[in-house]
Amino acid sequence: MSTLNNPLLEAKGITKYFGTITALENVDLKVHAGECLGVVGDNGAGKSTLMKVLSGLYKPSSGSLYFQGKEKILESPKDSQNLGLEMVYQDLALAGNLPIGENIFLGREPTKNVGFLKFLDFNRIKELTNAHLGKLKINVKSSDQKVEELSGGQRQAVAIARSTAFNAKVVIMDEPTAALAIKEVGKVLDLINSLKKTGVGVIVISHRMDDIFSVCDRVMALFQGTNFAESELSNTSRDEVIGWIMGKK
Amino acid sequence: MEEKDNKKDSIYLKLMPYIEKYGILLLLVLMILVMHILQPDVFLSWRNVTNVFKQISWQSMLALGVFMVIVTAGIDLSVGSIMMLSLMVLAIVAKAGAPWFIVVITPLIAGFLCGLFNGAGITLLRMPHPFIMTLGTLYIFRGTGNLISGGTPISGFTDEVRYLGHGRIDLTWLGLEKSQYLPVSLVLIAVVYIIFWFFLNHSRTGKWIYAIGGNPSAARASGINVNKILIIVYSLCGFLSGIGALILAGRTDSGYPNAGLQSELDAIAACIIGGASFFGGRGTVLGVFAGVMIMGILRNGLNLMDVSSFWQQVLIGSIIVIAVYIDVLRRDLGTRK
Repeated sequence: MSTLNNPLLEAKGITKYFGTITALENVDLKVHAGECLGVVGDNGAGKSTLMKVLSGLYKPSSGSLYFQGKEKILESPKDSQNLGLEMVYQDLALAGNLPIGENIFLGREPTKNVGFLKFLDFNRIKELTNAHLGKLKINVKSSDQKVEELSGGQRQAVAIARSTAFNAKVVIMDEPTAALAIKEVGKVLDLINSLKKTGVGVIVISHRMDDIFSVCDRVMALFQGTNFAESELSNTSRDEVIGWIMGKK
Repeated sequence: MEEKDNKKDSIYLKLMPYIEKYGILLLLVLMILVMHILQPDVFLSWRNVTNVFKQISWQSMLALGVFMVIVTAGIDLSVGSIMMLSLMVLAIVAKAGAPWFIVVITPLIAGFLCGLFNGAGITLLRMPHPFIMTLGTLYIFRGTGNLISGGTPISGFTDEVRYLGHGRIDLTWLGLEKSQYLPVSLVLIAVVYIIFWFFLNHSRTGKWIYAIGGNPSAARASGINVNKILIIVYSLCGFLSGIGALILAGRTDSGYPNAGLQSELDAIAACIIGGASFFGGRGTVLGVFAGVMIMGILRNGLNLMDVSSFWQQVLIGSIIVIAVYIDVLRRDLGTRK
């Protein structure tokens, strides 16, 4: 763990209004390379809003983002992708009608030039997909399988594979195990641990203490749109974190 | 894991793509066989086959355009009106004495602009559903077509203007008879369908069109500019309707107020019969072609057998319902719950 180094991603004083509603107020967050930060909070605490700010889907009303020490303004998900900030959404954000490989490369498909025309390079997609799935030890029957034919855990694995296919530096996951059968949760958590080992900074938003306590190094709690508490995992307990979620210290 | 489950899966996995891709062709072949048995002398004659292709020529353009829109989980009800307006623009420009190379591009531009209008309305005005925008433009475009033409037919185009819809490719050099020609419109259908097949299956934009139909929020989260792609799709749909107008101008040698009336419904029907799913993201160019052919052959065959057009309506309607029911069953099979 490298908490002593500069953070990979840092958000300072993020505030987000929706009309008269204050979704986030002066929220700070940081994550280091190879570290997993758990973000907890009750429904409406602002977790998902914070994540959408980090992904460039929402523009913060005020506050700033620093990536590798430099201030960055994210106009769209494309900007955050270009930095190496990747999201794994709760609703998975996969197109069920497309095969695994095309989902992983959706929006960033490799192409080959034929004269002045650009065609999709299906061989390369397949090659890269198999190599990448192999690296993450994700087992599927074939990368040509459509995503809608996969189980919930396999879909989550594809979503995570998708987020890491382009040299991701930080991967942000919203409730990565919420939709999964119990036997699939372990596999996804293993996947998160192996991501950390490759030096990726991981932010996990979760309700499940089991998730937080099996993969995270640090945990922070949001309460009513503000920073409520934060601690190294080794210095806290499940009961204390559950208390934070309910607004008790 | 459960071995039985895996085995069942693998059979689905092997068969599903083929059923999805080629099932509809099987139906088409079956229909051709049935018609051939019922009308052995006429149905597969050179004259009748080319006739079918001439009849479906302009519908096939509308169907292809509507198909792309349906893949994005949208709908375009205005294609018949776009074609009529484009046809009227063509007729007026032709009557004004413009040279033929100007005349032949006017319906393409007019169609494209109509489609652009639809796409802009759906995305920029944030219409709740494309149904509403294109229902509006169904009236707007036809009304405009009548306004500019005074609601009366305009006839008489030059041979160059009529070439795509009416031209014949002579095959006597192959030792065939004079009557055994190839309609230019058939070649045009083939060229346009092949281009769009390439576009939809081998270009990024094509892949994104499918992705938007599969899951628009996934497409957006992947950094795809969904609105831009939708505007492109509706514009291309309008453009294809413009090609339809050019073909129709050649076939009928006339711009007339009732051109393409209710043809949007035929176009939608052809897509649905061809296996495009109304939920978006599903369907093939080959399927649409088969859908157009099935409707064309059905009409042609029933005409040959002198079956009343009322029965044709009942049969086409039944095929739509059956085709969609097959789609429902296919979704049940193909998707895990």
